[in-house]
Amino acid sequence: MTERTHAPRPLWHPLVAGIALGVTLVFTFLLTGNGLGASGAFARTAAWLGGESAKTNAYLSAFWQSGHPLNNWIVWVVVGVILGALLSAINSGRFRWKLEGAAAIGAGKRIATAFVGGVLAGFGSRVAAGCTSGLGLSGGATLAVSAFVFLAFFFVTGIVVSRIMPKGA
Amino acid sequence: MPFYDYSLASGLLCGILFGYILESAGFGSACKLTAQFRFSDWAVLKVMFTAIVVAAIGLYALSATGVIAYPDIYVPPAYLGGAAIGGLLIGAGFAVGGYCPGTAASAFGSGRLDGLVFMIGMVVGVGLFAAGYDTFGSWVTLGAIQTSRLPELLGISEPVLLALFALLAAVIFWLGSRVERKLGGALTAEALDAR
Repeated sequence: MTERTHAPRPLWHPLVAGIALGVTLVFTFLLTGNGLGASGAFARTAAWLGGESAKTNAYLSAFWQSGHPLNNWIVWVVVGVILGALLSAINSGRFRWKLEGAAAIGAGKRIATAFVGGVLAGFGSRVAAGCTSGLGLSGGATLAVSAFVFLAFFFVTGIVVSRIMPKGA
Repeated sequence: MPFYDYSLASGLLCGILFGYILESAGFGSACKLTAQFRFSDWAVLKVMFTAIVVAAIGLYALSATGVIAYPDIYVPPAYLGGAAIGGLLIGAGFAVGGYCPGTAASAFGSGRLDGLVFMIGMVVGVGLFAAGYDTFGSWVTLGAIQTSRLPELLGISEPVLLALFALLAAVIFWLGSRVERKLGGALTAEALDAR
């Protein structure tokens, strides 16, 4: 552990965090007609980074036409998530630069698992046209059937795959 | 209403609130998040289910009082096959990498570089989907059904369904806390600091 002057402040009680998240979600629906999401921002970033090849791609061309990622609401949501987490982490003494999980499985392996997990999630978010927040959470709030199908498969697969992952990963 | 405010300020404001809450719940930590799948920490289910119930009740109240109308807010289409395959892949990605798209951003914001690596992986994943779109594109709309919302599908009135959901949330808290105690307790900020 790195040296520090004071201990991190406790996390919020799950009930408090859940109510705060629910209220924020209703606020987002009132403001935009849409819920909170994240994965759309990565699709727009991929389209932007893809350049010329994205322009002619059957899937990415629609995202490409919506312009620079920073002209999109959803991208600013993700920028906001990073900033909001930064504010909260600094405010509570929980901010630490680190590669979480590296202590248990080694830095190289941790980078590999984070990357592979990201690839799976990025791919999956395009098949589902949403992610845990956009489809599971926001869709769930609208009582969408697809949200609960998503969440059921999400949890069951997570539990199964966790069993075969090394501990601490 | 709604205001359909898709300005950058609106996105930034919603995102900051979202990220602040995610980090405060401990959802910037892969250890905390994946502990749900081993049942030693139920924060993910507790927070997520509470948020869904609170927001669903809020949206119901707003639509019942005529403030918003359901056709005016976005309800994801019922592509049940696409949702299932996506849920499977994102669940696997969560178990392997420790995050999902939103929580990876929250992890990066709290200083975790594995969150950033996960985000880079996501962009690559989108690229792979796009590259194989001829094959994978048809997965998106698999298993389409006409009824997009649960009350109509189940033939249960919305207030009754919401009451059942609230009851289920209470069961998750009660059961989760019991299992957590048996398995050594939920992960605290102190415990996460050492990981």
